[in-house]
Amino acid sequence: MLIKRREFLQLTSLASASFMVPKFLKAMNLPGAMEMKGKVLVILQLSGGNDGLNTIIPTRNDIYFRERQTIAVNNALPLNDDAGINPALRFFKQLYDNGEMAVLNNVGYPRPDKSHFRSMDIWQSASKSNEFLETGWIGRYLDEACYNCGHPTQALEINDMLSLALKGEHNKAFAFKDPAKMYRTSQETYFKSLYDHHDHHDETVAYLYQTLGSTIGNAGYIFEKSKAKKTDTIYPNSALGKDFKTIASLIKSDINTSVYYVEIGSFDTHVNQKQRQENLFKTMNKAVEAFVTDLKQNGLFKDVMIMTFSEFGRRVAQNASGGTDHGTANQMFFISGGLKKTGILNALPDLQKLDQGDLIFIEDFRKVYATVLKNWLKADATKVLGWKNGMYDFI
Amino acid sequence: MASEFTKNKHLVSRAGFGMSLTQIKVCEMQNHTDIWKGYVKKRAFKPIRFDSPAINFDYGRISKLNAEQKKQVQRRNRQQNIELNLNFLHEMVHSEDQLREKMAFFWHGHFATRVANPKLSQQLLNVIRENALGNFKDLLFAVSKAPAMLSFLNNQQNRKGHPNENFAREVMELFTMGRGHYTETDIREAARAYTGWSYDRNGTFIKRDKFHDNGSKTFLGKTGNFDGNDVLNIILEQKATARFITAKLYRFFVNEQIDEQVVATLSRQFYDAGYDIPRLLEGIFMSSWFYDKQNIGTKIKSPIELMAGIMRMLPMKMNDPENLIVYQRLLGQMLLYPPNVSGWPSGNAWIDSSTLLLRMQIPQIWSGLRPLDLSPGSDDDIDMGLKRQKSLARNFKNPHMSIFWPQVEAAFSGRDAAGILLLNDGSINRNLIKKYADGDFSRRIIDIMSTPEYQLC
Repeated sequence: MLIKRREFLQLTSLASASFMVPKFLKAMNLPGAMEMKGKVLVILQLSGGNDGLNTIIPTRNDIYFRERQTIAVNNALPLNDDAGINPALRFFKQLYDNGEMAVLNNVGYPRPDKSHFRSMDIWQSASKSNEFLETGWIGRYLDEACYNCGHPTQALEINDMLSLALKGEHNKAFAFKDPAKMYRTSQETYFKSLYDHHDHHDETVAYLYQTLGSTIGNAGYIFEKSKAKKTDTIYPNSALGKDFKTIASLIKSDINTSVYYVEIGSFDTHVNQKQRQENLFKTMNKAVEAFVTDLKQNGLFKDVMIMTFSEFGRRVAQNASGGTDHGTANQMFFISGGLKKTGILNALPDLQKLDQGDLIFIEDFRKVYATVLKNWLKADATKVLGWKNGMYDFI
Repeated sequence: MASEFTKNKHLVSRAGFGMSLTQIKVCEMQNHTDIWKGYVKKRAFKPIRFDSPAINFDYGRISKLNAEQKKQVQRRNRQQNIELNLNFLHEMVHSEDQLREKMAFFWHGHFATRVANPKLSQQLLNVIRENALGNFKDLLFAVSKAPAMLSFLNNQQNRKGHPNENFAREVMELFTMGRGHYTETDIREAARAYTGWSYDRNGTFIKRDKFHDNGSKTFLGKTGNFDGNDVLNIILEQKATARFITAKLYRFFVNEQIDEQVVATLSRQFYDAGYDIPRLLEGIFMSSWFYDKQNIGTKIKSPIELMAGIMRMLPMKMNDPENLIVYQRLLGQMLLYPPNVSGWPSGNAWIDSSTLLLRMQIPQIWSGLRPLDLSPGSDDDIDMGLKRQKSLARNFKNPHMSIFWPQVEAAFSGRDAAGILLLNDGSINRNLIKKYADGDFSRRIIDIMSTPEYQLC
């Protein structure tokens, strides 16, 4: 089913009227219209299909060890009687023990698609698997919650390219790897002069100049905010460590951002999985540890939640190359000092009941999104997602 | 009324990939009817191929390979798909057969597939290019039987008793009628008709009779022992098919906003002419409304159109063509890698803060005035065929391109550069460009190409 963004918005909400807002209201440096005293969501995308079974390990399950002769994790850090966590995620175990982490198992969607790009498309757009949306779930959240924001910096992606997840019909988030670099580019005098001197009436040209103007304005705004509150915490020198450092400095400033989007990869471990996955986990572990420490020192951990996801999990049985092939359902992590319930929220995957060697999904990721939107971001989840099948109670 | 030169600029930017340096003079002298005649002139068809030698590899054996062999196969596949990508882009820039390549580009987004096997990509790409200016009926049949499409939409798994409806659904929803003109039952029945449509190890279409469902089917009100051909014929009998294709072409060639009356007339003619593509195109490009002000310079170039357009105007030597893949990825349109079966979105969807700034910087980067300091994130379906990220990053300090500025200067001599480069030059501030270029010719061209107005076609 192909639904154009326009039709989707008409179906799910009143179409936004941002383009009708008079220009003076869109002047630069106007604070966002959205109430930003709320919570912050940090989405960590594990690109490439992370193997969930070697992340949260079913330590007492014979099938697991039988199917994974060489790649099973034997030295998992115990979480409870049945489950352990990959030893490279040492800090995650600590979060778990402190009651600051929740794990939801068996998350997926009906009729799973095993191609990276399509499955990621589905997760980012929050579409059904036979439906193609041109907007992402955070982008539609922006359309909904930020229809007349002067500064559409409510969602930021720490990346050189903007993901589908953050593209809405009327609002698109900002993507940048380094606030200073984006600022330098946007401040090029020629581009600024073009914007300052522009005069036109054509709708498409207007859209381009409006985007240019908001890029220049917001790049400056983000740069100033990121400089405002330097962090004392030492972050690891990895790309992800730098990304989390940028996020922390922005959260500590009074920027109006409520969603940050960041990525680590690639978890596409068809070959020699154990070492590759553990290296990525080590990077992730250190970056999250620095970030959480920083938040705690500043009394912000109650108001910030990290949520992880991957486009799919991997098959139960290992392949002949010491790796795993594309699978289906997977777990998601939620990390915050403000969760209502923590620990392992539901049953571990049932390895006896598989669908052609793959885990069967039980929890729909759109229900997770709906819960996050409603309970954490205080947004109208029905309008953004069209989801009507209930919410979880752990957030 | 638009001047003849403006009409010509408009025509070459929509029916082709924009004016080339050598076309400036032609567009000044000829009228738009002559230019159109040049576009529809019959030319010999030249297939596009990947450059490295094909290896006859049995994909059925891939599961039996060891990890290192598998990796090698994947790496070679990606490399050859990239060669196809760059060769296709090369044709868009250099081919005289501009209308064919532009239509091929349209059909490439319409019949969007993304397959690992470069032999199958190559075959489908050429099926599309060969039929791009033929009859839509032939094109639809050829694409539906192309192994790349059958593989991408899982028709290999569509067997009697175990139907896979993916192919049947997308054929109707995305390739022919569009939603609202068929039911879920029609999809199920069509899927039964396509059972057994498959291809062999050599990439040749075959009907596997033992997997075909020979029972009676009822499809769009007709009942019979239909096979896939019958279903396609019934789909082509539907006026909705002509309407859907015409409307999509109108959005691609004329305006994102549909003029219902015009599209109704065009689609009736398209249907009555038995889906003759060139006649439909002539109905568009030779009409007077095509040259109305609201249709000129009001579409946002797709990334491929932007890149091909710059390359047509600025002759250049490319030492490392593979770097072009990185721009395709950063701007959001990599040939042979559409985001999904519904193809690339268009219009405002191309523009966000990062893509707009990059678009405006590309002429500067390609001229060596500034480095590219962005890199596309990981894409697990693509990365293996690219050079290692590190070596690419090194390349980006230097674009590895040299533009032949003296040629450009000669062609522009005595002419209004903004008037040539922009479709919609009314709002551009010529004084500003003059001030920033400070008398430097190449700088002036680069600055005009770095404007929001240059993003339009």
